[in-house]
Amino acid sequence: MSIRLTHTCIYVLDQESALDFYVNKVGFKLHTDVKKGDFRWLTVTSPEQPELEISLMAVKESHAMDKATADTLAMLVRNGTFGFGSFQSRDVFAAYEEMHAKGVEFKAPPKKEFYGVSCNFKDDSGNWFSLSELHQAK
Amino acid sequence: MDAYPKAYLYARIVKAKLFIDMHFAEPIDVEAISGEACYSKFHFIREFRTIYGRTPREHLSHCRTERAKELLAEGAQALDACLAVGFNSLSSFSRSFKQATGSTPASFRKAALQRQAQGRTQPLAFVPDCFSGAHGWKAE
Repeated sequence: MSIRLTHTCIYVLDQESALDFYVNKVGFKLHTDVKKGDFRWLTVTSPEQPELEISLMAVKESHAMDKATADTLAMLVRNGTFGFGSFQSRDVFAAYEEMHAKGVEFKAPPKKEFYGVSCNFKDDSGNWFSLSELHQAK
Repeated sequence: MDAYPKAYLYARIVKAKLFIDMHFAEPIDVEAISGEACYSKFHFIREFRTIYGRTPREHLSHCRTERAKELLAEGAQALDACLAVGFNSLSSFSRSFKQATGSTPASFRKAALQRQAQGRTQPLAFVPDCFSGAHGWKAE
Protein backbone atom coordinates (compact mmCIF):
# COMPACT_ATOMS: atom_id res chain seq x y z
CA MET A 1 0.00 0.00 0.00
CA SER A 2 1.26 3.45 -0.90
CA ILE A 3 -0.45 6.57 0.45
CA ARG A 4 0.71 10.15 0.44
CA LEU A 5 -0.85 13.54 0.96
CA THR A 6 -1.44 15.48 -2.26
CA HIS A 7 -3.95 18.15 -1.15
CA THR A 8 -4.71 19.81 2.13
CA CYS A 9 -6.96 22.69 3.06
CA ILE A 10 -6.64 25.91 5.03
CA TYR A 11 -9.86 27.77 5.79
CA VAL A 12 -9.43 31.44 4.93
CA LEU A 13 -11.67 34.47 5.32
CA ASP A 14 -10.73 36.11 2.04
CA GLN A 15 -9.17 34.11 -0.79
CA GLU A 16 -7.58 37.07 -2.57
CA SER A 17 -5.98 38.31 0.63
CA ALA A 18 -4.85 34.78 1.51
CA LEU A 19 -3.32 34.37 -1.93
CA ASP A 20 -1.35 37.56 -1.44
CA PHE A 21 -0.25 36.40 2.01
CA TYR A 22 0.93 32.94 1.00
CA VAL A 23 2.57 34.06 -2.25
CA ASN A 24 4.10 37.40 -1.34
CA LYS A 25 4.82 36.91 2.35
CA VAL A 26 5.39 33.18 2.76
CA GLY A 27 6.92 32.64 -0.68
CA PHE A 28 4.57 29.99 -2.03
CA LYS A 29 3.53 29.71 -5.67
CA LEU A 30 0.07 29.87 -7.14
CA HIS A 31 -0.72 26.40 -8.44
CA THR A 32 -4.37 26.30 -9.50
CA ASP A 33 -7.06 28.95 -9.72
CA VAL A 34 -10.31 27.72 -11.26
CA LYS A 35 -13.87 28.83 -10.73
CA LYS A 36 -17.35 27.58 -11.16
CA GLY A 37 -20.13 29.91 -10.17
CA ASP A 38 -19.09 31.47 -6.89
CA PHE A 39 -16.92 28.49 -5.93
CA ARG A 40 -13.23 29.17 -6.42
CA TRP A 41 -10.67 26.40 -6.14
CA LEU A 42 -7.45 28.14 -5.26
CA THR A 43 -4.28 26.27 -4.37
CA VAL A 44 -0.69 27.20 -3.64
CA THR A 45 2.41 25.10 -3.24
CA SER A 46 5.71 25.49 -1.52
CA PRO A 47 8.56 25.67 -4.05
CA GLU A 48 10.26 23.03 -1.91
CA GLN A 49 7.23 20.74 -2.00
CA PRO A 50 5.42 21.30 -5.30
CA GLU A 51 3.57 17.98 -5.10
CA LEU A 52 1.47 19.11 -2.12
CA GLU A 53 -1.30 21.53 -3.05
CA ILE A 54 -2.61 23.70 -0.22
CA SER A 55 -6.17 24.77 -0.91
CA LEU A 56 -7.10 28.21 0.36
CA MET A 57 -10.72 27.42 1.03
CA ALA A 58 -13.11 30.29 1.56
CA VAL A 59 -15.25 30.07 4.67
CA LYS A 60 -18.69 30.90 3.39
CA GLU A 61 -22.16 29.52 3.10
CA SER A 62 -22.13 26.83 0.46
CA HIS A 63 -23.25 23.34 -0.38
CA ALA A 64 -20.71 22.15 2.19
CA MET A 65 -21.90 24.26 5.14
CA ASP A 66 -24.93 26.29 6.11
CA LYS A 67 -24.72 29.95 7.09
CA ALA A 68 -24.62 29.27 10.82
CA THR A 69 -21.74 26.83 10.37
CA ALA A 70 -19.89 29.24 8.10
CA ASP A 71 -20.34 32.10 10.56
CA THR A 72 -19.11 29.97 13.45
CA LEU A 73 -16.15 28.68 11.49
CA ALA A 74 -15.24 32.21 10.37
CA MET A 75 -15.34 33.40 13.98
CA LEU A 76 -13.12 30.52 15.11
CA VAL A 77 -10.62 31.17 12.32
CA ARG A 78 -10.59 34.91 13.02
CA ASN A 79 -10.05 34.29 16.73
CA GLY A 80 -6.96 32.20 16.06
CA THR A 81 -8.49 28.94 17.24
CA PHE A 82 -6.86 26.75 14.63
CA GLY A 83 -3.35 25.62 13.93
CA PHE A 84 -3.49 23.87 10.61
CA GLY A 85 0.05 22.62 10.39
CA SER A 86 3.72 22.96 10.86
CA PHE A 87 6.03 24.36 8.22
CA GLN A 88 9.68 23.57 8.07
CA SER A 89 12.34 25.93 6.80
CA ARG A 90 15.94 25.42 5.88
CA ASP A 91 16.75 28.34 8.15
CA VAL A 92 14.08 29.58 10.52
CA PHE A 93 16.00 32.69 11.59
CA ALA A 94 16.20 33.86 7.97
CA ALA A 95 12.56 32.94 7.29
CA TYR A 96 11.50 34.80 10.42
CA GLU A 97 13.57 37.83 9.51
CA GLU A 98 12.08 38.00 6.00
CA MET A 99 8.48 37.30 6.95
CA HIS A 100 8.65 39.67 9.90
CA ALA A 101 10.01 42.37 7.59
CA LYS A 102 7.00 41.77 5.36
CA GLY A 103 4.61 42.31 8.25
CA VAL A 104 3.79 38.73 9.25
CA GLU A 105 2.73 38.42 12.88
CA PHE A 106 4.79 36.09 15.06
CA LYS A 107 4.15 35.16 18.66
CA ALA A 108 7.85 35.56 19.41
CA PRO A 109 11.19 35.35 17.57
CA PRO A 110 12.55 31.87 16.86
CA LYS A 111 13.73 29.96 19.89
CA LYS A 112 16.10 27.06 20.13
CA GLU A 113 14.40 23.93 21.40
CA PHE A 114 15.82 20.47 22.02
CA TYR A 115 14.63 19.37 18.55
CA GLY A 116 15.75 22.45 16.63
CA VAL A 117 14.60 26.04 16.22
CA SER A 118 10.96 27.03 16.22
CA CYS A 119 8.50 29.93 16.21
CA ASN A 120 4.81 30.51 15.45
CA PHE A 121 3.21 32.83 12.94
CA LYS A 122 -0.34 33.79 12.04
CA ASP A 123 -1.75 34.07 8.55
CA ASP A 124 -3.95 36.93 7.39
CA SER A 125 -7.11 35.05 8.38
CA GLY A 126 -6.03 34.12 11.91
CA ASN A 127 -4.68 30.60 11.45
CA TRP A 128 -1.57 29.79 13.45
CA PHE A 129 1.31 27.72 12.15
CA SER A 130 4.56 26.65 13.63
CA LEU A 131 7.70 27.26 11.63
CA SER A 132 10.60 25.08 12.58
CA GLU A 133 14.01 24.03 11.51
CA LEU A 134 15.10 20.56 12.48
CA HIS A 135 18.73 20.07 13.36
CA GLN A 136 19.36 18.14 10.15
CA ALA A 137 17.51 20.61 7.87
CA LYS A 138 20.63 22.34 6.43
CA MET B 1 19.56 43.92 21.53
CA ASP B 2 19.71 40.73 19.50
CA ALA B 3 16.46 38.84 19.53
CA TYR B 4 18.36 35.63 18.81
CA PRO B 5 21.93 34.56 18.06
CA LYS B 6 23.47 36.38 15.09
CA ALA B 7 20.34 38.47 14.53
CA TYR B 8 22.50 41.21 13.01
CA LEU B 9 23.90 38.70 10.50
CA TYR B 10 20.47 37.47 9.47
CA ALA B 11 19.16 41.01 9.11
CA ARG B 12 21.97 41.84 6.68
CA ILE B 13 21.75 38.66 4.64
CA VAL B 14 17.96 38.80 4.42
CA LYS B 15 18.13 42.45 3.40
CA ALA B 16 20.49 41.50 0.59
CA LYS B 17 18.22 38.62 -0.45
CA LEU B 18 15.20 40.93 -0.52
CA PHE B 19 17.21 43.38 -2.59
CA ILE B 20 17.78 40.64 -5.18
CA ASP B 21 14.10 39.67 -4.99
CA MET B 22 13.08 43.22 -5.83
CA HIS B 23 15.78 44.18 -8.32
CA PHE B 24 16.49 40.93 -10.17
CA ALA B 25 15.52 42.45 -13.50
CA GLU B 26 18.22 45.09 -13.18
CA PRO B 27 21.94 44.55 -13.67
CA ILE B 28 23.01 43.37 -10.22
CA ASP B 29 26.58 43.13 -9.07
CA VAL B 30 27.13 40.63 -6.26
CA GLU B 31 30.00 42.73 -4.94
CA ALA B 32 27.67 45.69 -4.67
CA ILE B 33 25.19 43.54 -2.77
CA SER B 34 27.85 42.27 -0.40
CA GLY B 35 28.83 45.90 0.12
CA GLU B 36 25.24 46.61 1.09
CA ALA B 37 25.45 43.74 3.54
CA CYS B 38 28.74 45.08 4.91
CA TYR B 39 30.61 41.88 4.16
CA SER B 40 33.54 40.79 2.12
CA LYS B 41 32.32 39.18 -1.07
CA PHE B 42 33.62 35.76 -0.01
CA HIS B 43 32.05 35.88 3.45
CA PHE B 44 28.76 37.15 2.06
CA ILE B 45 28.51 34.38 -0.55
CA ARG B 46 29.37 31.72 2.01
CA GLU B 47 26.80 32.93 4.54
CA PHE B 48 24.14 33.41 1.87
CA ARG B 49 24.63 29.89 0.60
CA THR B 50 24.51 28.44 4.10
CA ILE B 51 21.18 30.13 4.74
CA TYR B 52 19.46 29.70 1.38
CA GLY B 53 21.18 26.72 -0.14
CA ARG B 54 22.19 28.70 -3.20
CA THR B 55 24.67 31.45 -3.94
CA PRO B 56 23.48 35.02 -4.55
CA ARG B 57 24.11 34.57 -8.25
CA GLU B 58 22.11 31.33 -8.27
CA HIS B 59 19.35 33.09 -6.38
CA LEU B 60 19.36 35.91 -8.90
CA SER B 61 19.00 33.39 -11.71
CA HIS B 62 16.24 31.62 -9.77
CA CYS B 63 14.30 34.88 -9.36
CA ARG B 64 14.59 35.62 -13.05
CA THR B 65 13.42 32.16 -14.01
CA GLU B 66 10.46 32.24 -11.64
CA ARG B 67 9.31 35.62 -12.94
CA ALA B 68 9.81 34.47 -16.52
CA LYS B 69 7.60 31.46 -15.79
CA GLU B 70 4.86 33.78 -14.54
CA LEU B 71 5.12 36.02 -17.59
CA LEU B 72 5.10 33.10 -20.02
CA ALA B 73 2.09 31.62 -18.23
CA GLU B 74 0.35 34.96 -18.68
CA GLY B 75 0.96 34.66 -22.40
CA ALA B 76 4.10 36.74 -22.88
CA GLN B 77 6.35 35.76 -25.76
CA ALA B 78 9.78 34.40 -24.91
CA LEU B 79 11.57 37.53 -26.06
CA ASP B 80 9.37 39.78 -23.94
CA ALA B 81 9.89 37.58 -20.89
CA CYS B 82 13.61 37.49 -21.59
CA LEU B 83 13.92 41.27 -21.62
CA ALA B 84 11.54 41.75 -18.69
CA VAL B 85 13.63 39.63 -16.34
CA GLY B 86 16.96 41.21 -17.17
CA PHE B 87 18.45 39.09 -19.95
CA ASN B 88 19.91 40.82 -22.98
CA SER B 89 20.13 37.73 -25.13
CA LEU B 90 17.28 35.39 -26.01
CA SER B 91 19.67 32.49 -26.50
CA SER B 92 21.24 32.85 -23.07
CA PHE B 93 17.78 33.28 -21.53
CA SER B 94 16.49 30.16 -23.28
CA ARG B 95 19.54 28.17 -22.23
CA SER B 96 19.24 29.30 -18.62
CA PHE B 97 15.48 28.71 -18.59
CA LYS B 98 15.80 25.21 -19.98
CA GLN B 99 18.55 24.36 -17.55
CA ALA B 100 16.35 25.47 -14.66
CA THR B 101 13.00 24.06 -15.75
CA GLY B 102 13.74 21.32 -18.26
CA SER B 103 11.57 23.11 -20.84
CA THR B 104 12.17 25.74 -23.44
CA PRO B 105 10.34 29.02 -22.82
CA ALA B 106 8.08 28.32 -25.80
CA SER B 107 7.09 24.84 -24.67
CA PHE B 108 6.60 26.04 -21.10
CA ARG B 109 4.34 28.84 -22.34
CA LYS B 110 2.33 26.47 -24.52
CA ALA B 111 1.80 23.99 -21.68
CA ALA B 112 0.84 26.73 -19.22
CA LEU B 113 -1.69 28.25 -21.61
CA GLN B 114 -3.16 24.82 -22.39
CA ARG B 115 -3.53 24.15 -18.68
CA GLN B 116 -5.29 27.47 -18.18
CA ALA B 117 -7.62 26.77 -21.07
CA GLN B 118 -8.48 23.41 -19.53
CA GLY B 119 -9.10 25.19 -16.23
CA ARG B 120 -11.74 27.30 -17.93
CA THR B 121 -13.43 24.48 -19.83
CA GLN B 122 -12.92 21.59 -17.39
CA PRO B 123 -12.32 23.12 -13.97
CA LEU B 124 -13.45 19.91 -12.27
CA ALA B 125 -10.34 18.19 -13.57
CA PHE B 126 -8.26 20.20 -11.10
CA VAL B 127 -10.34 19.60 -7.97
CA PRO B 128 -10.19 16.39 -5.93
CA ASP B 129 -13.51 14.58 -5.63
CA CYS B 130 -13.78 15.07 -1.88
CA PHE B 131 -13.76 18.86 -2.28
CA SER B 132 -15.85 19.12 -5.41
CA GLY B 133 -18.40 16.67 -4.05
CA ALA B 134 -18.66 18.55 -0.77
CA HIS B 135 -19.44 21.71 -2.68
CA GLY B 136 -21.97 20.08 -4.94
CA TRP B 137 -19.72 20.55 -7.93
CA LYS B 138 -20.50 17.80 -10.41
CA ALA B 139 -19.28 17.07 -13.90
CA GLU B 140 -21.72 18.25 -16.54
